[in-house]
Amino acid sequence: MESMTGPMGVPARTAPGRAPGTAPLDEEPLLRLRGISKRFGAVQALYGVDLDLPRAKVTALCGDNGAGKSVLTKTIAGIHEPDHGQISWEGRPVTIRTPNDASALGIETVYQDLALADNLDIVQNMFLGRERMSGIFLNEDSMERAAAQTLAELRVTTVRSIRQPVATLSGGQRQAVAVAKAVMWNSKLVMLDEPTAALGVAQTRMVLDLIKRLKDHGLAVMVISHNLNDVFEVADRVAVLRLGRMVAQADISTLDRESVVDYMTTGVSSRVVPGPTSQRPEA
Amino acid sequence: MSGPSAPDLATDLTAAVDAVPPPIIAQTMGEYWRTWLARVRGGDAGALPVVIALLAVTIVFTILSPNHVFLSPENLVNLFDQSAVFIVLAFGMGFVLLLGDIDLSIGYVAAIGGIVTAQLVQPTPNVPWPLAVLAGLAVCALIGLLQGSLVARLRMPAFVVTLAGYLIWFGVMILLLGTAGGVGVTGSQTNQQAIYSLVYGYIDPVIAWIGLVVFVAIFATVLWRRDIGRRRSGLVAPPLGLTMAKILLVAIAGIIVVAICNVNRGRDLPIVGVPYVIPVVLLVLLAWTVLLERMQFGRHVYATGGNTEAARRAGINVTTVRTMGFVLCSMTGGIAGIIYCSQLGGMTTNINGGQLVLYAVAAAVIGGTSLFGGRGRVMDGLLGGLVIGAIYNGLYLLGLPIQWQLIITGLVLLAAVSVDSFSRKRTAHA
Ligand SMILES: Nc1ncnc2c1ncn2[C@@H]1O[C@H](COP(=O)(O)OP(=O)(O)O)[C@@H](O)[C@H]1O
Ligand SMILES: [Mg+2]
Repeated sequence: MESMTGPMGVPARTAPGRAPGTAPLDEEPLLRLRGISKRFGAVQALYGVDLDLPRAKVTALCGDNGAGKSVLTKTIAGIHEPDHGQISWEGRPVTIRTPNDASALGIETVYQDLALADNLDIVQNMFLGRERMSGIFLNEDSMERAAAQTLAELRVTTVRSIRQPVATLSGGQRQAVAVAKAVMWNSKLVMLDEPTAALGVAQTRMVLDLIKRLKDHGLAVMVISHNLNDVFEVADRVAVLRLGRMVAQADISTLDRESVVDYMTTGVSSRVVPGPTSQRPEA
Repeated sequence: MSGPSAPDLATDLTAAVDAVPPPIIAQTMGEYWRTWLARVRGGDAGALPVVIALLAVTIVFTILSPNHVFLSPENLVNLFDQSAVFIVLAFGMGFVLLLGDIDLSIGYVAAIGGIVTAQLVQPTPNVPWPLAVLAGLAVCALIGLLQGSLVARLRMPAFVVTLAGYLIWFGVMILLLGTAGGVGVTGSQTNQQAIYSLVYGYIDPVIAWIGLVVFVAIFATVLWRRDIGRRRSGLVAPPLGLTMAKILLVAIAGIIVVAICNVNRGRDLPIVGVPYVIPVVLLVLLAWTVLLERMQFGRHVYATGGNTEAARRAGINVTTVRTMGFVLCSMTGGIAGIIYCSQLGGMTTNINGGQLVLYAVAAAVIGGTSLFGGRGRVMDGLLGGLVIGAIYNGLYLLGLPIQWQLIITGLVLLAAVSVDSFSRKRTAHA
């Protein structure tokens, strides 16, 4: 069997160093990161990270606490600007400096801390920064209807009023609002940073179903999760970060729970999973 | 980007939409009442504490004041005039408090606004009074821009920046007033009359009544049409009774104020009518309420004050919002300064800008605005300013010396802040 890891600890079989242009067009991922580095003062959070997020696939981003998953997410979302590295979107190089740049491309994010304003109500949060206007005034009715529709689609039916401040919601409800906020824009990539961490069984189910639906509608989804059951249920691909380095990126069929844990904890895995090899095109 | 809400998702989910019950909020007065009680128990008492405070202060001073003079029309109009300065200062302070900041310089900035305006309407430059007012407000806005930029762009603490501002604008105020140490406005000079008449000019009683009817009619129509619009588009509207109660409350308050002001309160010559300052304060209240509650900028102010990082991630330019908060704070302070100038018949170096700041903060916080950002309404400044004005006025009527005024105002402020902290703790635990 071939060696599992390349020079940077990246499994050789995902061939990150494949010469540009050799891939057929339909294989070009929606988002492609190459050599992304990010440093905060003394902390090097990301070391030359490569990541592909293809359309109509769920990519699970795994890694131990502090591995850099949230930093990577925020870099894609325009919260942090990377120190080095290239980002290409639909095959074109782009720079994402602000959250507005990200949402203009069609990137929506559910942050780990949810990023909700507690003093605002559900509708106000869902449309924050993208308020619907009629003339110079806010179009509250239109926003309220759209928010209600999205929540209904997500089967978030437990909130008493869509006009109650987010501060009054339970953890699961807040999570649901954050998810709803991300999916109500016609986005192409949705990233969810530990979206089920605060949820009960039923609501976790809801989010996992939602993730599958997003994928079925052709969106690229990146989901960060500690729960390997969830990962193996929804993910098509797995990417593993360890101490700021991307140590594995592979089709889920080539991995099992133990190998993912191996990558997360040691950066390598000696386990061999029977199944299709990595040379197989991912599309 | 702001397309309709993910229609793709809807296709296989239309059934789910139908199955969802409409958002359940109070649709009848009884339900509304229970929801309100639950909110109060949950720590969000809304306007309740300040209304109780206002009633308590009124009752106490009516009983204690000699001949119950506190409730006499003459004194009440006086109280409105005195409160106007605190109210408008609190409106201004509200912007920075909503952002979780504070402006300690607002008292002297207000004074500078009043002085610039007063000096421009003096016979020598003889600038027409509307321009003089605009110039005074522009100077204040510039001061706010300066302080706001230091806070928002250079990330300097608002406390320190505006404490420095407190000293600087105090000094500038004395410089502006020069050796004369003051500048006056009188009713005998045509150009100064407009400034002077803010407090000492009165609206003809008949016109005041007509104005009130028009105001209440507009208020009722706006509220009514909003409710009807919501019901028609299938949204939950507040119960009809509540809307009517609101309209009734505004009408009654208006009738009481106009009736009081239309009683002759002159000793020798008749003095009758609503002082111009009252509609001016209402206009500022209305404008800033619309800005904060119906416009995008206001939404971004609340978001920034509630969770700055969330606002930033939502693509809001937090720096600009904070800077504008300081600009609006100082500019509104300038309006208060011009009212103060009218009330005092001019400005002198005796202006106590420190006390004005404390009263502004106290008024806003007593009204229900949080010191921690993100919570509060413009209306809070009106109610809180009336409480401060009533205490100020009542203690004066009792002949209590200034030291007691200070101590009692301080205690009221403490009580208000403790309500704020308490409700914050409650919501944090919720
Ligand atoms: N804004 C920041 N400033 C400084 N250090 C940060 C910042 N954000 C994250 N880090 C550091 O980067 C590393 C990765 O963090 P993070 O991405 O949050 O980990 P996780 O994989 O658990 O989401 C951690 O060491 C963390 O302390
Ligand atoms: Mg994280």
